Amino acid sequence: MYEHDVVVVGAGLAGMRAALAAAQQGADTAIITKVHPVRSHSNAAQGGINAALTDRGDDWEDHAYATVKGSDYLGDQDAIEVMAQEAGAAVIELEHMGVIFSRDETGHLGTRRFGGQERARTFFVADITGQAMLHVLYEQVMKENVRVYEEWFVTSLIMVDGECRGVVAMDIMSGKIEAIRAKSVILCTGGVGRAYEPSTNGLIVTGDGMGLAYPAGAALMDMEMIQYHPTTLKGNGVLITEAARGEGAYLLNSEGDRFMKTYAPNMLELASRDVVSRSEATEIQEGRGVDGCVFLDLRHLGRELIETKLSYINEVALDYMNINLADEPIPIQPGMHYIMGGIKTDVWGATPIPGLYAAGECACVSVHGGNRLGANSLLDTVVFGRRSGEAAAARALERPFGRVSEHAAYLDETRIISLLDRKDNGDSVAKVRLAMGETLNEHLAVFREEQGMQTAAKAIQQLKERYRYMPVKAKGKVFNTALVFALELGFMLDCAETICASGLTRKESRGAHYRTDMPTRDDENWLKHVTCTWSPDGPVVDTIPVTFTRWEPVERTY
Amino acid sequence: MQVKLAVKRFDPEREQDQSYVQDYTLDVPDHYTVLDALIQTREEVDESLAVRCSCRASICGSCAMRVNGHAGLGCKTKLLDSMDKDGVVQVEPMGNQPVVKDLVVDMSVFWNKIRAVKPYLQPEGPEPEREYVASNDSMLKLLQTMGCIMCGACVSDCTVLEVNENFLGPAALAKAYRFVGDPRDGATNQRFGELDEPGGMWDCTRCFECVEACPKGVAPMDQIMNLREEAAAAGFTSTIGARHAEIFADTVKHSGWLDELQLAVKTPGMFNIGAQLHNMPVGIRAFLRGKLPPIVHKAIPSVRFVRRIFEKIEED
Ligand SMILES: Cc1cc2nc3c(=O)[nH]c(=O)nc-3n(C[C@H](O)[C@H](O)[C@H](O)COP(=O)(O)OP(=O)(O)OC[C@H]3O[C@@H](n4cnc5c(N)ncnc54)[C@H](O)[C@@H]3O)c2cc1C
Ligand code: SF4
Ligand code: SF4
Ligand code: FES
Repeated sequence: MYEHDVVVVGAGLAGMRAALAAAQQGADTAIITKVHPVRSHSNAAQGGINAALTDRGDDWEDHAYATVKGSDYLGDQDAIEVMAQEAGAAVIELEHMGVIFSRDETGHLGTRRFGGQERARTFFVADITGQAMLHVLYEQVMKENVRVYEEWFVTSLIMVDGECRGVVAMDIMSGKIEAIRAKSVILCTGGVGRAYEPSTNGLIVTGDGMGLAYPAGAALMDMEMIQYHPTTLKGNGVLITEAARGEGAYLLNSEGDRFMKTYAPNMLELASRDVVSRSEATEIQEGRGVDGCVFLDLRHLGRELIETKLSYINEVALDYMNINLADEPIPIQPGMHYIMGGIKTDVWGATPIPGLYAAGECACVSVHGGNRLGANSLLDTVVFGRRSGEAAAARALERPFGRVSEHAAYLDETRIISLLDRKDNGDSVAKVRLAMGETLNEHLAVFREEQGMQTAAKAIQQLKERYRYMPVKAKGKVFNTALVFALELGFMLDCAETICASGLTRKESRGAHYRTDMPTRDDENWLKHVTCTWSPDGPVVDTIPVTFTRWEPVERTY
Repeated sequence: MQVKLAVKRFDPEREQDQSYVQDYTLDVPDHYTVLDALIQTREEVDESLAVRCSCRASICGSCAMRVNGHAGLGCKTKLLDSMDKDGVVQVEPMGNQPVVKDLVVDMSVFWNKIRAVKPYLQPEGPEPEREYVASNDSMLKLLQTMGCIMCGACVSDCTVLEVNENFLGPAALAKAYRFVGDPRDGATNQRFGELDEPGGMWDCTRCFECVEACPKGVAPMDQIMNLREEAAAAGFTSTIGARHAEIFADTVKHSGWLDELQLAVKTPGMFNIGAQLHNMPVGIRAFLRGKLPPIVHKAIPSVRFVRRIFEKIEED
C-alpha cells in the first residue's frame, strides 16, 4: 500500500496550489491526477484573475461587494471577505512564481475589466491566463519535487469509522488498482461540465470529486446553480472569453442592436453572466437571433488589440468558425460553463468528514452563490487551494496514520471486473452520457420550470437504471479509456441527480436558477443554500442559511 | 461527407500482431477535425481506440499525433485539409516516443528533459514586496515561448532526436529560452553553461521540422537560435570547435535546406531567419561527437517551406 501524509486528488490550479502549501508545511504530499497536470482543465481559463490590490488604491471591500451582488446574495459573506482580502497577495505570489502577467506602461501589473464589476481589477496573461498559471504552478511542483501520480484515476475514498483515510485509484497505464493511505485527502477535481451537452468544459471535467465525496457522506451544496456563459460557440461549445467584452466588444442581435441596453442599461455587456445569458436567450426566443445565436462584435477593437490581447480566441474563431474577429462578428450563444455548487466546505476547505477537504470548482465554500463573477474562479482555486493545503497538512502532522484494511482496494476491483463482464446490450457510455447531457441542457439551463425539472429528474433516474446494465466493450487493462469513461459517467449521474433535486427544491429565481414559473427572488424564504446528502433512496435535501456579515440583500440591477 | 481514417494501432495486450493499421469509414460533418472523427469512432464504432484528449480547443496539449506523417494536434487539424483524393487520412501516434497503446505515447522522457532545463523562475536576490517591475514588451515577448502547451509534436518530428536521444529537444530548449528571456530570471549564465553541454542547444541542425509541427507558433528552432545568439554573446563559445565545417557540410549534403534558407533570407518580411543565418558560424556544432551514426535528415519538401514563407509574409 502507498502512503502519504496528504493526498491531493487533482492537479489543476486548486490541486497544485494545495499540494505546494501542504508540502511547504512539511507534510509528505502527493498529487493523484487522472491526466498529466498541465492537461487539467484550468488550462482553458482565458480571461484572468480578480484581485483588489489595496496598496495601489483598489478596495477589497468593493471586490467583495461585487462578488456578493454577483452571487445574488447567496454567497457566504464571511468566505467572500476572506477571498477578496487574500486576493492581492495571491496574485503577487503568482507573479513571483513566474506568471508573465500583462503590464501597464509603468511596468506594473496591468488590468482589464470583467463583468459584474465597475472597476478594472482583472489581472491577465493575454487570453491564456489559465494556461499561464497552470504551467507555472507545475513548474513549482517540479521545483519542489512533489510526488505526482500521473494518469491515476481515483475510484473511491477509503472511509473508516466516518473518517477519510485515503483513496483507491487505478493506474490507467497498467489498469492496476491500488490503495493509497493518507491522513488528509483534498479533493480538487474541478467541475462537472460534461454532464451537460454542449459545454465549454473539456472532456475530462466529469464531477469525480463530487461523485467521490457524496456517497462518503459529504453534502453537495447549491448544485442547481449552473452558470451558462454568454459567449460560446454553437455546436462544440468552445468558449469566447468575457475578456472580449471586457476589452469593449458588443453583443448584437439579428437587427444589429446592442440589445443589452434594454436589460442592463448601466453595465451593458458587462452585467453579470446570468443576466447577460438570460438576455441573449430572451432575444433568441423572441426571434431576434439567427440560428439560435446572437453576435459578438469585436471589429471596432482593431486588429492589433485582437492579435495581442485576444490572440487565442482569434485562433479559435478562425479554426472552428473560419471567422476573423477583426473582420466579422461571430455568432455565439449561452452555453453551460461552470458549477457554483459543489462539496460543502468551510473557509479552510474542510468538510464535516474528518480528513476530507475540497477546493476549487468541485468545492462550495461558498463564494460564488447563485452566480460566479468572471475571473473569480481562478482566484477561488488559488486562495482556497492554499488554505486547504495548509489545513490538511496541519491535521496530518499532528496524528499517526489511521488503520486501513489490506483489502481496501478489493471492492473497487470487483466493481470494475463486474463492469467489464457485462453483456453487450446495445447500450453504451456515449449514449447514456449524451442523453444525460441533452436532458440537463434542456431542462436545467438558463430558464427552468417545475414540469421540465420533473421530467429531467425522471429521465436521470431512468439513465441511472440503464447505467446499471450498460456494457463497457473494451476489455483491456492498458489505457482502457472506455472503462474510465464508464466510471466518470457514474459520478456525473450522481451529480445530475442532485442538480435536479436541488433545482426542484429552490422555489424562487436567484442567480443562475431562473424559474419561469417563479420569476421573482424570495428573500424571505430563500436566503438559504440547498444541500443534498446521499441515501440509498436518492438525495436527502436540506437547507442551511446563508452567512451575512455586512451586505443586506437589495434588488440587483446592472 | 465520408472519410476513411487509417489508424495505426498498437495493443500491448495482444499475443501477436500488436501493431496494425485499422480503417474506419465514417460519415461526418464537413467542419470536423481529425480528433472529432476519432472521438466519433471511439463512441460509435470502437470503444477500445485509445487517444488522449480533453479541451478540443488546442490548449490542453493532449492530442498530438501524426496526421499523414506529420505531427500536430488532432483537434486543430481539419479533416478537409487532410484527406487525400480518396478521402483517406492517415493517423499515427507521435514519433520519437514509445507507444503505450494506439495513439497514446509515453511522455516520461519528454518530461524528464523539461525537468533537465530547471524549468522554473530563479530570481536573483530577495523577492520584492510587490510585483517585479518589468516592461510590458518584455512580458509580451515571452508569450511566444509561454504559449507552449507541452504537446510533444515538435519532439515527435525532430530529426536529431531520431538519432540522438540525448538531445534535449525543441520543447525543452524553448522552455529554457522562456527563462533566459525573462528579465526576472537571474540564472541565465548558469543556464547557458548547462545548455552548452553535449545534447544541449548546439545539437539542433535547424531542420525546421519543429517549427512546422508546432501548433502554437512557439517556433522552437527560433528560440534555440535565440539561445545560441545570446549564449555566444555572453561568451559561451569556447566549446564550439573545429568541427564546424565538417558538420556544416554534412548537414547541407543531407537535407539541402541551406539553399532554401538562403532563399528565405532574400524574401522580404521574414523575421529571424536573417539573424539566424548571421548566427550560423557559431551555431553549427559537433552534434554527433563521433559516437553516433550520421543523422538521417529528412529533406523538407520545398513546397511546404515556401508555403510557410508566404504565410509569414502575409502575417506580417
Ligand atoms: C473555457 C473556460 C474558461 C474559463 N475562464 C476563466 C477565467 O478567465 N477566469 C476564471 O476565474 N475562471 C475561468 N474558468 C473557470 C476556471 O478555469 C475553473 O473553474 C478552474 O480552473 C477549476 O480549477 P480546478 O483546479 O478546480 O479544477 P481543474 O483544473 O479542472 O482540475 C481538475 C483536476 O482533477 C483531476 N481529477 C479529476 N477527477 C479525477 C479522478 N477521478 N482521479 C484523479 N484525478 C482527477 C484532473 O486530472 C485535474 O488535474 C474558465 C473555465 C472554462 C471551462
Ligand atoms: S530545428 Fe532543431 S530542434 Fe527543431 S526539429 Fe530540427 S533539429 Fe530538432
Ligand atoms: S513547442 Fe510547440 S510543438 Fe513543441 S511541445 Fe510546445 S506547443 Fe507542442
Ligand atoms: S484536445 Fe486539447 S489540445 Fe487537442
